[in-house]
Amino acid sequence: MIRAENIIKQFGEQEVLKGVSMEFLPGKTNLIIGRSGAGKTVFLKILVGLMEPTDGKVWYDNVDFFSLNKKQVREIRLKVGMLFQGSALFDSMKVIENVRFPLDMFSNMTLAEKNQRVDWCLERVGLTGAHEKYPSELSGGMQKRVGIARAIVMEPKYLFCDEPNSGLDPRTALLIDELIQDITYDYKMTTIINTHDMNSVMEIGDNIAYLHEGRLVWQGSKDQVLSSENELLQGFIFASPFLQRLRAAALK
Amino acid sequence: MNFNLLYHIGRYILLLRQAFSKPENWSMYWKETMRQMEDIGIGSLVIVALISIFMGAVAAVQFSYQLDGTLVPQYYIGYIVRDLAIIESAPTITCLVLAGKVGSNLAAELGTMRQKEHIDAMELMGVNTAAYLILPKLIAAIVMIPLLVTISAYVAIIGGYLATVPTDALSSDDYERGLRAFFQPRNVTMMYVKAVVFSFILTTVPIFQGYYVKGGNIELGKASTNAVVFSNILILLSDYLIAVLLTG
Repeated sequence: MIRAENIIKQFGEQEVLKGVSMEFLPGKTNLIIGRSGAGKTVFLKILVGLMEPTDGKVWYDNVDFFSLNKKQVREIRLKVGMLFQGSALFDSMKVIENVRFPLDMFSNMTLAEKNQRVDWCLERVGLTGAHEKYPSELSGGMQKRVGIARAIVMEPKYLFCDEPNSGLDPRTALLIDELIQDITYDYKMTTIINTHDMNSVMEIGDNIAYLHEGRLVWQGSKDQVLSSENELLQGFIFASPFLQRLRAAALK
Repeated sequence: MNFNLLYHIGRYILLLRQAFSKPENWSMYWKETMRQMEDIGIGSLVIVALISIFMGAVAAVQFSYQLDGTLVPQYYIGYIVRDLAIIESAPTITCLVLAGKVGSNLAAELGTMRQKEHIDAMELMGVNTAAYLILPKLIAAIVMIPLLVTISAYVAIIGGYLATVPTDALSSDDYERGLRAFFQPRNVTMMYVKAVVFSFILTTVPIFQGYYVKGGNIELGKASTNAVVFSNILILLSDYLIAVLLTG
């Protein structure tokens, strides 16, 4: 289980996170939502250890992440997979090499075993036959799928996704959401997604945390989002006049 | 300003210390080193050969002009071209050019990897990015650049020959006699010392600039420019220090 405890992050005078505490549900899709500049990305980077908090703790199964030595950090990281906003695929490597990279680095498998594992991962994300392509030859949606395949190749316990739908059309975004949710349930992973995509919130949000100006102001499930009385959350979700009219009509 | 300089020097040393850690997987490092050797070595061969042939030719023509009508024997041209190539032009000029070609390329490559979150992705997989991204490049440069410098010295001598002998400025025998005259093996040692030191500078300084780049394309451009400027200054400074130390 992952738990954040009173996370504070300052950049000079600016306080981006003002004491965020949160617990993520194991084996579920946990969404962190909020407006641009709310501190979501900084929070996610702190959770995965790419950034150190000014104060506060991050617990991985009751282990304080920032008190670990390098070797222990590496052991935790082998249990973590991450899908980056821009997919972060290595341009000079083919799809097969990108997905195999963590195995090449850390496993003792033979090449045949590694390739078999890569085949399985690519099949799982619906990209059979893309092995020999370079990232530049793939569409945005396909790059995300390769990113997911690479993130799950080491069979992680935790999956982090930073804006998995950014730059994708609504249909592809939905497919990526479904894929992430299926993988989460099938492999009992704890998935933490940073997003401001409302479709994702309503489709796959088992546990949703709303950040506003560096503070956690609401937490609940997708079923509780619509009925929530929290004005900040409602202002975020029903931001457009169209959605406001829709909500008013629904309430009538 | 002083504080900034110390901060950057400290950061540079820490990055290098991190780079000299035990690799997670030797075969991956070996593969990457081979790729870098091809990039740095084979990829720079043509430009090195091209500048070297002209360096040798210009030196020969210039000294032929300077020595014309003096009491200094003409075969000295071969001797001067040889020593100039070995001591100065092959290691220094070649490395200044490589700082532009290889150095800016390394800074841009690392900077782009930082911006596109490739470094974060590797870090998150548990890879020691400082080691994986620096060590193979450094080893490749330290192996390949002295080889390029050796080729440069030979090509410069050939360039001197082509500029003087076919034009009848000097006979082939005189040029050859000059090449064999007053040879001191320690000059070759100096050439390799310079080549290794300059390789280290022109690799690690750009990598440092690229690895820590922040911001967008403008910052990336600045990092690339700084990489070349700082590498060139440090190469010239260490050239002077090596000359003082090894000829004193």
